[in-house]
Amino acid sequence: MQYQTTVRIEQKAGMLDPEGTTTKRALGQLGYQVNSVKTAKLYEIVFEAESVEIAKQKADEMCQKLIANPIVNNYTIELKELK
Amino acid sequence: MKIAILQFGGTNCDLDVLHVLKDVVGVDAETVWYKQEDLTGFDGVVVPGGFSYGDYLRAGAIAARTPIMNSVKKLAAEGKPVLGICNGFQILTEARVLEGALTTNKYPKFRCQWTNLRIENTDTPFTSKFKKGEVIRMPIAHMEGHFYAEEKNLAELDENKQVVFRYVDENGKVTDAANPNGSLENIAGIVNTSRNILGLMPHPERASELILGSDNGLRVFESMVDYITENF
Repeated sequence: MQYQTTVRIEQKAGMLDPEGTTTKRALGQLGYQVNSVKTAKLYEIVFEAESVEIAKQKADEMCQKLIANPIVNNYTIELKELK
Repeated sequence: MKIAILQFGGTNCDLDVLHVLKDVVGVDAETVWYKQEDLTGFDGVVVPGGFSYGDYLRAGAIAARTPIMNSVKKLAAEGKPVLGICNGFQILTEARVLEGALTTNKYPKFRCQWTNLRIENTDTPFTSKFKKGEVIRMPIAHMEGHFYAEEKNLAELDENKQVVFRYVDENGKVTDAANPNGSLENIAGIVNTSRNILGLMPHPERASELILGSDNGLRVFESMVDYITENF
Protein backbone atom coordinates (compact mmCIF):
# COMPACT_ATOMS: atom_id res chain seq x y z
CA MET A 1 0.00 0.00 0.00
CA GLN A 2 1.10 3.54 -0.62
CA TYR A 3 1.30 5.86 2.33
CA GLN A 4 1.79 9.57 2.52
CA THR A 5 3.59 10.64 5.65
CA THR A 6 3.57 14.24 6.72
CA VAL A 7 6.43 14.90 9.11
CA ARG A 8 6.34 18.16 11.05
CA ILE A 9 9.71 19.20 12.50
CA GLU A 10 9.93 21.94 15.10
CA GLN A 11 12.59 23.22 17.47
CA LYS A 12 12.45 21.95 21.04
CA ALA A 13 11.10 24.27 23.71
CA GLY A 14 13.77 26.69 24.84
CA MET A 15 15.55 26.58 21.48
CA LEU A 16 15.94 29.81 19.61
CA ASP A 17 13.61 30.49 16.71
CA PRO A 18 15.01 33.72 15.29
CA GLU A 19 12.93 33.50 12.13
CA GLY A 20 9.75 33.22 14.20
CA THR A 21 10.78 36.09 16.46
CA THR A 22 11.67 38.30 13.52
CA THR A 23 8.39 37.50 11.77
CA LYS A 24 6.48 38.38 14.95
CA ARG A 25 8.27 41.72 15.06
CA ALA A 26 7.51 42.36 11.40
CA LEU A 27 3.82 41.60 11.97
CA GLY A 28 3.90 44.06 14.87
CA GLN A 29 5.23 46.72 12.55
CA LEU A 30 2.24 46.07 10.29
CA GLY A 31 -0.11 46.59 13.21
CA TYR A 32 -0.77 42.96 14.17
CA GLN A 33 -0.02 42.35 17.84
CA VAL A 34 0.49 38.60 18.00
CA ASN A 35 1.61 36.68 21.07
CA SER A 36 4.04 34.45 19.27
CA VAL A 37 5.15 33.12 15.92
CA LYS A 38 6.76 29.70 15.66
CA THR A 39 8.31 28.18 12.58
CA ALA A 40 8.19 24.51 11.68
CA LYS A 41 9.09 22.44 8.62
CA LEU A 42 6.87 19.96 6.83
CA TYR A 43 8.14 17.02 4.81
CA GLU A 44 5.73 14.91 2.78
CA ILE A 45 7.06 11.44 2.09
CA VAL A 46 5.27 8.89 -0.07
CA PHE A 47 6.35 5.25 0.21
CA GLU A 48 5.16 1.67 0.03
CA ALA A 49 4.53 -0.41 3.14
CA GLU A 50 2.71 -3.64 3.89
CA SER A 51 0.58 -2.18 6.67
CA VAL A 52 -0.12 1.04 8.50
CA GLU A 53 1.85 -0.23 11.51
CA ILE A 54 4.92 -0.89 9.37
CA ALA A 55 4.46 2.46 7.67
CA LYS A 56 4.35 4.22 11.05
CA GLN A 57 7.47 2.39 12.17
CA LYS A 58 9.36 3.19 8.99
CA ALA A 59 8.35 6.85 9.16
CA ASP A 60 9.53 7.07 12.75
CA GLU A 61 12.85 5.47 11.81
CA MET A 62 13.32 7.98 9.00
CA CYS A 63 12.78 10.79 11.48
CA GLN A 64 15.16 9.33 14.04
CA LYS A 65 17.87 8.61 11.48
CA LEU A 66 17.80 11.68 9.28
CA ILE A 67 14.85 14.01 9.06
CA ALA A 68 14.98 15.21 12.66
CA ASN A 69 17.91 15.93 14.93
CA PRO A 70 16.67 14.70 18.34
CA ILE A 71 19.05 17.10 20.11
CA VAL A 72 17.21 20.14 18.83
CA ASN A 73 14.00 18.89 17.19
CA ASN A 74 10.62 17.50 18.16
CA TYR A 75 8.60 15.86 15.42
CA THR A 76 5.10 14.59 14.73
CA ILE A 77 4.03 12.15 12.07
CA GLU A 78 0.71 11.98 10.25
CA LEU A 79 0.03 8.98 8.04
CA LYS A 80 -2.46 8.73 5.24
CA GLU A 81 -3.07 5.73 3.01
CA LEU A 82 -3.16 6.79 -0.63
CA LYS A 83 -5.82 5.14 -2.70
CA MET B 1 52.42 11.78 5.67
CA LYS B 2 49.30 12.61 3.71
CA ILE B 3 46.18 14.44 4.85
CA ALA B 4 42.78 14.02 3.22
CA ILE B 5 40.52 17.02 2.66
CA LEU B 6 36.95 15.88 2.04
CA GLN B 7 34.84 17.41 -0.68
CA PHE B 8 31.06 17.21 -0.85
CA GLY B 9 28.85 18.95 -3.39
CA GLY B 10 28.73 22.50 -2.04
CA THR B 11 32.02 22.36 -0.11
CA ASN B 12 33.98 25.52 -0.90
CA CYS B 13 36.82 25.84 1.62
CA ASP B 14 38.72 22.75 0.52
CA LEU B 15 41.23 24.57 -1.66
CA ASP B 16 42.09 27.09 1.06
CA VAL B 17 42.88 24.20 3.40
CA LEU B 18 44.89 22.47 0.64
CA HIS B 19 46.89 25.66 0.09
CA VAL B 20 47.71 26.08 3.78
CA LEU B 21 48.73 22.44 4.25
CA LYS B 22 50.80 22.18 1.07
CA ASP B 23 52.19 25.68 0.60
CA VAL B 24 52.37 27.10 4.12
CA VAL B 25 52.88 24.10 6.40
CA GLY B 26 54.56 22.07 3.66
CA VAL B 27 52.93 18.65 3.98
CA ASP B 28 51.33 16.40 1.41
CA ALA B 29 47.55 16.81 1.22
CA GLU B 30 44.87 15.80 -1.24
CA THR B 31 41.26 16.70 -1.82
CA VAL B 32 39.09 13.58 -1.73
CA TRP B 33 35.67 13.55 -3.44
CA TYR B 34 33.19 12.02 -1.01
CA LYS B 35 32.29 9.18 -3.39
CA GLN B 36 35.75 7.71 -2.89
CA GLU B 37 34.87 5.85 0.25
CA ASP B 38 38.31 4.49 1.07
CA LEU B 39 40.69 6.64 3.11
CA THR B 40 43.46 4.05 3.43
CA GLY B 41 46.87 5.67 3.34
CA PHE B 42 45.81 8.96 4.88
CA ASP B 43 47.15 10.03 8.28
CA GLY B 44 44.55 12.65 9.04
CA VAL B 45 41.37 14.21 7.69
CA VAL B 46 40.10 17.74 7.37
CA VAL B 47 36.38 18.23 6.84
CA PRO B 48 36.36 21.75 5.42
CA GLY B 49 33.78 24.51 5.37
CA GLY B 50 31.16 25.41 2.81
CA PHE B 51 27.57 24.50 2.09
CA SER B 52 27.58 20.74 1.59
CA TYR B 53 24.27 19.68 0.07
CA GLY B 54 23.23 23.30 0.13
CA ASP B 55 22.63 23.05 3.89
CA TYR B 56 19.48 21.15 2.90
CA LEU B 57 17.51 19.59 5.78
CA ARG B 58 20.04 20.89 8.33
CA ALA B 59 23.57 22.13 7.79
CA GLY B 60 25.83 19.08 7.51
CA ALA B 61 22.99 16.59 7.99
CA ILE B 62 23.24 14.86 4.65
CA ALA B 63 27.05 14.85 4.30
CA ALA B 64 27.21 13.31 7.79
CA ARG B 65 25.33 10.29 6.52
CA THR B 66 27.40 9.52 3.42
CA PRO B 67 29.50 6.31 3.34
CA ILE B 68 32.83 8.18 3.41
CA MET B 69 32.04 9.18 6.98
CA ASN B 70 32.42 5.52 8.00
CA SER B 71 36.00 5.71 6.75
CA VAL B 72 36.48 8.93 8.72
CA LYS B 73 35.19 7.18 11.85
CA LYS B 74 37.52 4.23 11.19
CA LEU B 75 40.51 6.57 10.84
CA ALA B 76 39.51 8.36 14.04
CA ALA B 77 39.23 5.01 15.85
CA GLU B 78 42.91 4.43 14.96
CA GLY B 79 43.70 7.64 16.84
CA LYS B 80 44.35 9.71 13.72
CA PRO B 81 43.32 13.37 13.85
CA VAL B 82 40.10 14.63 12.28
CA LEU B 83 39.59 18.39 11.99
CA GLY B 84 36.14 19.79 11.16
CA ILE B 85 35.98 23.46 10.19
CA CYS B 86 32.67 25.33 10.11
CA ASN B 87 30.43 23.13 7.91
CA GLY B 88 32.91 20.39 8.88
CA PHE B 89 32.04 20.96 12.55
CA GLN B 90 28.34 20.79 11.65
CA ILE B 91 28.95 17.52 9.77
CA LEU B 92 30.85 15.98 12.71
CA THR B 93 28.07 16.82 15.20
CA GLU B 94 25.43 15.45 12.81
CA ALA B 95 27.57 12.31 12.43
CA ARG B 96 27.46 12.10 16.23
CA VAL B 97 31.24 11.92 16.63
CA LEU B 98 31.10 15.26 18.40
CA GLU B 99 28.56 16.33 21.02
CA GLY B 100 25.86 18.89 20.51
CA ALA B 101 24.45 20.66 17.49
CA LEU B 102 25.02 23.87 15.54
CA THR B 103 21.80 25.81 15.00
CA THR B 104 20.76 29.21 13.67
CA ASN B 105 22.68 32.21 14.99
CA LYS B 106 20.91 33.99 17.82
CA TYR B 107 21.10 37.23 15.86
CA PRO B 108 19.61 35.80 12.68
CA LYS B 109 22.15 37.07 10.23
CA PHE B 110 25.01 35.48 8.40
CA ARG B 111 27.97 36.62 10.48
CA CYS B 112 31.15 37.28 8.56
CA GLN B 113 33.67 38.89 10.90
CA TRP B 114 36.83 38.48 12.93
CA THR B 115 36.46 36.86 16.34
CA ASN B 116 38.75 36.61 19.34
CA LEU B 117 39.17 33.10 20.65
CA ARG B 118 40.66 31.93 23.91
CA ILE B 119 42.59 28.66 23.96
CA GLU B 120 41.01 26.59 26.74
CA ASN B 121 43.04 23.40 26.37
CA THR B 122 46.40 22.67 24.81
CA ASP B 123 46.37 18.92 25.36
CA THR B 124 44.84 18.15 22.00
CA PRO B 125 46.53 17.30 18.68
CA PHE B 126 45.29 20.64 17.34
CA THR B 127 46.32 23.08 20.06
CA SER B 128 49.64 21.71 21.38
CA LYS B 129 51.50 24.67 19.90
CA PHE B 130 49.34 27.25 21.69
CA LYS B 131 49.50 28.45 25.28
CA LYS B 132 46.54 27.90 27.58
CA GLY B 133 44.62 31.15 27.97
CA GLU B 134 46.15 32.63 24.84
CA VAL B 135 43.83 34.94 22.87
CA ILE B 136 43.97 34.59 19.10
CA ARG B 137 42.07 35.99 16.10
CA MET B 138 40.25 33.99 13.45
CA PRO B 139 37.41 34.89 11.10
CA ILE B 140 33.96 33.33 11.10
CA ALA B 141 31.46 33.17 8.27
CA HIS B 142 28.28 31.36 9.16
CA MET B 143 24.54 31.47 9.71
CA GLU B 144 24.29 28.29 11.79
CA GLY B 145 27.05 28.63 14.37
CA HIS B 146 25.05 28.65 17.57
CA PHE B 147 26.48 25.72 19.54
CA TYR B 148 23.84 23.94 21.58
CA ALA B 149 24.01 20.88 23.83
CA GLU B 150 21.70 19.56 26.50
CA GLU B 151 22.61 20.59 30.03
CA LYS B 152 24.12 17.28 31.07
CA ASN B 153 26.22 17.04 27.90
CA LEU B 154 27.39 20.61 28.39
CA ALA B 155 28.46 19.73 31.93
CA GLU B 156 30.36 16.71 30.63
CA LEU B 157 32.15 18.81 28.03
CA ASP B 158 33.30 21.18 30.77
CA GLU B 159 34.23 18.39 33.18
CA ASN B 160 36.22 16.44 30.59
CA LYS B 161 37.92 19.62 29.37
CA GLN B 162 36.58 19.10 25.87
CA VAL B 163 36.00 22.79 25.19
CA VAL B 164 39.02 23.96 23.20
CA PHE B 165 38.11 27.42 21.87
CA ARG B 166 35.83 30.06 23.39
CA TYR B 167 34.66 33.40 21.96
CA VAL B 168 36.12 36.19 24.10
CA ASP B 169 36.77 39.90 23.93
CA GLU B 170 40.25 41.14 23.10
CA ASN B 171 41.18 40.93 26.78
CA GLY B 172 40.25 37.27 26.95
CA LYS B 173 36.99 37.77 28.84
CA VAL B 174 33.95 35.67 28.05
CA THR B 175 31.22 38.23 27.34
CA ASP B 176 27.90 38.31 25.51
CA ALA B 177 29.20 41.02 23.21
CA ALA B 178 32.07 38.77 22.16
CA ASN B 179 29.67 35.95 21.27
CA PRO B 180 28.77 36.30 17.60
CA ASN B 181 26.10 33.62 17.41
CA GLY B 182 24.68 32.89 20.88
CA SER B 183 26.68 29.67 21.37
CA LEU B 184 26.17 28.28 24.87
CA GLU B 185 29.06 29.25 27.14
CA ASN B 186 30.63 31.03 24.15
CA ILE B 187 31.83 27.67 22.85
CA ALA B 188 33.58 27.99 19.48
CA GLY B 189 35.25 24.58 19.24
CA ILE B 190 35.31 21.23 21.04
CA VAL B 191 36.99 17.84 20.91
CA ASN B 192 35.60 14.35 21.49
CA THR B 193 36.48 12.40 24.63
CA SER B 194 39.45 10.76 22.84
CA ARG B 195 40.56 14.28 21.93
CA ASN B 196 41.53 13.41 18.35
CA ILE B 197 38.44 14.85 16.66
CA LEU B 198 38.10 18.65 16.77
CA GLY B 199 35.30 20.79 15.43
CA LEU B 200 35.35 24.57 15.38
CA MET B 201 33.23 27.21 13.68
CA PRO B 202 36.01 29.77 12.97
CA HIS B 203 38.28 29.32 9.95
CA PRO B 204 41.95 28.67 10.83
CA GLU B 205 42.78 28.32 7.11
CA ARG B 206 41.75 31.97 6.66
CA ALA B 207 44.13 33.02 9.42
CA SER B 208 47.28 31.15 8.46
CA GLU B 209 49.12 33.90 6.65
CA LEU B 210 49.80 37.41 7.97
CA ILE B 211 48.92 38.89 4.59
CA LEU B 212 45.31 37.86 5.27
CA GLY B 213 45.26 39.66 8.61
CA SER B 214 46.27 36.94 11.05
CA ASP B 215 48.42 33.83 11.12
CA ASN B 216 47.07 32.68 14.50
CA GLY B 217 45.28 29.78 12.86
CA LEU B 218 48.41 28.25 11.38
CA ARG B 219 49.33 26.54 14.63
CA VAL B 220 46.13 24.46 14.47
CA PHE B 221 47.51 22.78 11.35
CA GLU B 222 51.09 22.71 12.65
CA SER B 223 49.96 21.02 15.87
CA MET B 224 48.01 18.47 13.84
CA VAL B 225 51.05 17.72 11.67
CA ASP B 226 53.29 17.40 14.75
CA TYR B 227 50.84 14.93 16.28
CA ILE B 228 50.88 12.79 13.12
CA THR B 229 54.69 12.89 12.97
CA GLU B 230 54.98 11.82 16.59
CA ASN B 231 52.38 9.07 16.53
CA PHE B 232 52.14 7.55 13.04
